Amino acid sequence: MTTRIVELRQGILKKNDELARVLRGRYEAAGVLVLNLVSSPGTGKTAFLERTLRDLRTGGANVAALVGDLETDNDARRLAASGAPVRQINTHGICHLEAEMVAKHLDGWELADLDYLFIENVGNLVCPSSYDLGEKIRVALLSVTEGEDKPLKYPTLFNSADAAIITKIDIAEPCGFDRATALKNINEIRPGVRIFETSAKTGAGMGDWLAYLAEQRVHS
Amino acid sequence: MHELSIVSSIVDSVITTLEAYPGAQVKEVRLRIGALASVVEDSLQFCYGIATDGTPLEGSKLVVKILPVMMHCDSCAADVEIASLQSFRCPRCDEPVLDLRQGRELEIESIEIDEVEEKV
Repeated sequence: MTTRIVELRQGILKKNDELARVLRGRYEAAGVLVLNLVSSPGTGKTAFLERTLRDLRTGGANVAALVGDLETDNDARRLAASGAPVRQINTHGICHLEAEMVAKHLDGWELADLDYLFIENVGNLVCPSSYDLGEKIRVALLSVTEGEDKPLKYPTLFNSADAAIITKIDIAEPCGFDRATALKNINEIRPGVRIFETSAKTGAGMGDWLAYLAEQRVHS
Repeated sequence: MHELSIVSSIVDSVITTLEAYPGAQVKEVRLRIGALASVVEDSLQFCYGIATDGTPLEGSKLVVKILPVMMHCDSCAADVEIASLQSFRCPRCDEPVLDLRQGRELEIESIEIDEVEEKV
């Protein structure tokens, strides 16, 4: 017997990263802006996305969504009510979306016909941060009911965000939400990140968010 | 808890590597994991025992090297280590730092194997 060290220097998620790179190329070639929405369960990703899809469609944009969930298709049904094409990805217990799941669910969609594609990740603030889905923009969402220190508790996710959304600001006051601290904490983890304070219910902040999307699409 | 998926990917990669070394026994698998990689070493170790059971990696040791987060500070024109993940500021000048240089690695660095001597 001889002992040997074999150097690998290999990414553990190489397969996912390579597929994500292929997807990113496809999105760019098709001219579709792809966003990956990540938050805890209950932050209001689906309500925020419902509102975004509806408002974008009203403005004449072509939009579609993929929605990840452990088991049900409840979110896909809610989002489909906006009239946009929506597909559910059931992960059956896996706590995050992977590039392969996204690739499979894009079959039959003509990406070049889309302006925006939203991917709603499984509600989880840890695991999705390791998996590139080929998106241009990673969006981290935080609701006023969750506590202002959430970005500090989950720095791995907030540090990888390109945009941050605070949801449910219509109930900020009764929740005793400390806005200044929340903004400061997001900025400590991801200095200078664009932050949107929104309410899917009243539409507050949606104008700025839609303007940001349009601006990002031009640059994509 | 995506550590089991991660460990399964490690096992697959090592088995592929072993094709070039028939009959070899794996003694050690060495990883480089960034402090911002969202991976917990204890969970990795726990899952490793389960995922390697009945594979050529069974009984091998998983060695995890954690890499600190390094950011580039424009003001100092230097790469600086971020000791606390609660604040992305330069430890020298206290300016916010944006440019990540190290900390998200999830890599298999090397494996140590016992090779069967070739019979002449």
